[in-house]
Amino acid sequence: MPSTDTKNAAATAMHLAEYLDAAALKQVPTRNGFGEGLIEAGNRNKNVLAICADLAESTRMEGFKNAHPDQYIEIGVAEQMLVAMAGGLASTGKIPWIASYAMFNPGRSWEQVRTIMALNETNVKIAGAHAGVSVGPDGATHQAIEDIAIMRVIPHMLVCVPCDSIQTKKATIALSEKFGPTYLRFAREKSAVITTDETPFEFGKAQIFRDGGDVAIVACGILVYNALVAADELAREDGIECRVVNNHTIKPMDEPAIVAAARDCGAVVTVEEHQVHAGMGSRVAEILAETHPVPMQFVGVHDRFGQSGDPSELIEYYGMGVSAIKEAVRKVHRRKAGA
Amino acid sequence: MQTLSPERLKELELKANDVREGIIRSLVAAGSGHSAGSLDMADVFTALYGFLARNDAKNPEWPDRDRILLSCGHIAPVRYSVMANFGYFPVEELLTLRKFGTRLQGHPERVSLPAVETTSGPLGEGLAQGTGMALSAKMDNKDWRVYVVTSDAEHECGLHWEAAMTAGKFKLDNLMCIIDRNFIQIDGSTEDVMPLEPLADKYRAFNWEVFECDGNDMREFIETAERAKAFKGKPQVIIAHTVPGKGVSYMEGDYTWHGKPPTKDQGEKALAELEANRQRILANA
Repeated sequence: MPSTDTKNAAATAMHLAEYLDAAALKQVPTRNGFGEGLIEAGNRNKNVLAICADLAESTRMEGFKNAHPDQYIEIGVAEQMLVAMAGGLASTGKIPWIASYAMFNPGRSWEQVRTIMALNETNVKIAGAHAGVSVGPDGATHQAIEDIAIMRVIPHMLVCVPCDSIQTKKATIALSEKFGPTYLRFAREKSAVITTDETPFEFGKAQIFRDGGDVAIVACGILVYNALVAADELAREDGIECRVVNNHTIKPMDEPAIVAAARDCGAVVTVEEHQVHAGMGSRVAEILAETHPVPMQFVGVHDRFGQSGDPSELIEYYGMGVSAIKEAVRKVHRRKAGA
Repeated sequence: MQTLSPERLKELELKANDVREGIIRSLVAAGSGHSAGSLDMADVFTALYGFLARNDAKNPEWPDRDRILLSCGHIAPVRYSVMANFGYFPVEELLTLRKFGTRLQGHPERVSLPAVETTSGPLGEGLAQGTGMALSAKMDNKDWRVYVVTSDAEHECGLHWEAAMTAGKFKLDNLMCIIDRNFIQIDGSTEDVMPLEPLADKYRAFNWEVFECDGNDMREFIETAERAKAFKGKPQVIIAHTVPGKGVSYMEGDYTWHGKPPTKDQGEKALAELEANRQRILANA
């Protein structure tokens, strides 16, 4: 069957795990990948620092604290200070990673991020933990679903949303070695580990995880897994073949990959755990509006706040589950056909 | 501790007078900008660049230089004028202040002019960055120091006190905060807008060593700063009492000069007063 062949070719090229085998699939929070990558970055370069605002365990900076106590700084609950102090350290050649929940950094510290990190072009790295509604029971105050928007709009900023724990580790190491103000976004809850150690990762390069020619699903973060599952079910149930693009680099976005997806498939669905307004999907739309306009649907949160609940039920409730992605694909597929 | 000879003192006082002239000329040329605070910090900035801080105009990015930060970026004219008068760039460049294409942006930008150390203007952020720099020097066993010039009104910002708490925690005795205590801000007196007193007690409560002096008396400021630099185990703050608009009679003490420049005629008058002041300094042989 062609669908299986094309899917397998892309998945094999990317050295993906057997992601359709739910029993074999590992479930690990993306924040763990950050913690592991940070330790490795600290091994490679003693100028890599971790600055923590009273969330060492939950942001997974604790491992770095134990491995590199001389490169670790604790400043308490002070997110504006986190950014500003890191700017000072970076100006002397340090490479500070600063971690808090995305809601507080960059949520609370946005002006410092703009002025001290971006306008001032400093090599400060923000780890935005607990992003998305999948934070779960903590509720709306702690669920950052606007952070991609406020970061991608800032000149010079590098923005990355890896798809699983392994990729988050690779991104942490890669971004530690890339000069520039940086935002790395990840989540709290366990999520499917769809890549392997062999899966390539290059910041700025989107990845085709499944190929198909009917509709392109451009996804980022932990919802890439839902996109892959939806694509498999659509192929079996509707005969719609989807290309699934892991669009981990939000800024600067891989424009050729986005344009190619639109040209090859003629319809695009974007998937992100974020407000659909001004997020990753909006950037995709900006690119396509100027180059290759095609029908689009946006999967994400539609202008609402989150609330308490289990992560999986919140993902479903806010319209980011597998069934919602399938519905969006079917709709865009009909629009493409002019129906 | 360096000694301040009478000759050196006179040289610095004359330099501060040149700095004030540069401020007036650049503000008149720009047609906008902040006069009062710029003028009242001319003595402090001249002391920093001309006596207290390790710096080299020919090698502005020397890694072991002392870092001089201006937190309240709106008084950039004084910093630019001091830097020009100490050879960081030509004095004529001061006339490009706030104009299209200039390195002398309305509020300082490090990317345009690296020697300004930080991009500043949004208030309350300088001490936080200075704290990061001072901590970096400690981590690397370097002996350079950090000087952060702040306005009094920016002590209303929460971030400034986050920084003060952090500097206290890490006992950053290579960090000095200098407060331009001129009691004015845009909407009036600091004590009416948002009372800062008791300011010295606030710093003591945050584990800082507090010094106070007349920020418009060159000798007194330098001697106070030298004593503060010698203090070990805590960051130091100097509450430098200044007269807003210092050196220009019609601006002195008037908060309405916080955010506006002199007109051409007002500028001529100011320059005449500064010339008279120069003659006074020269006559005090």
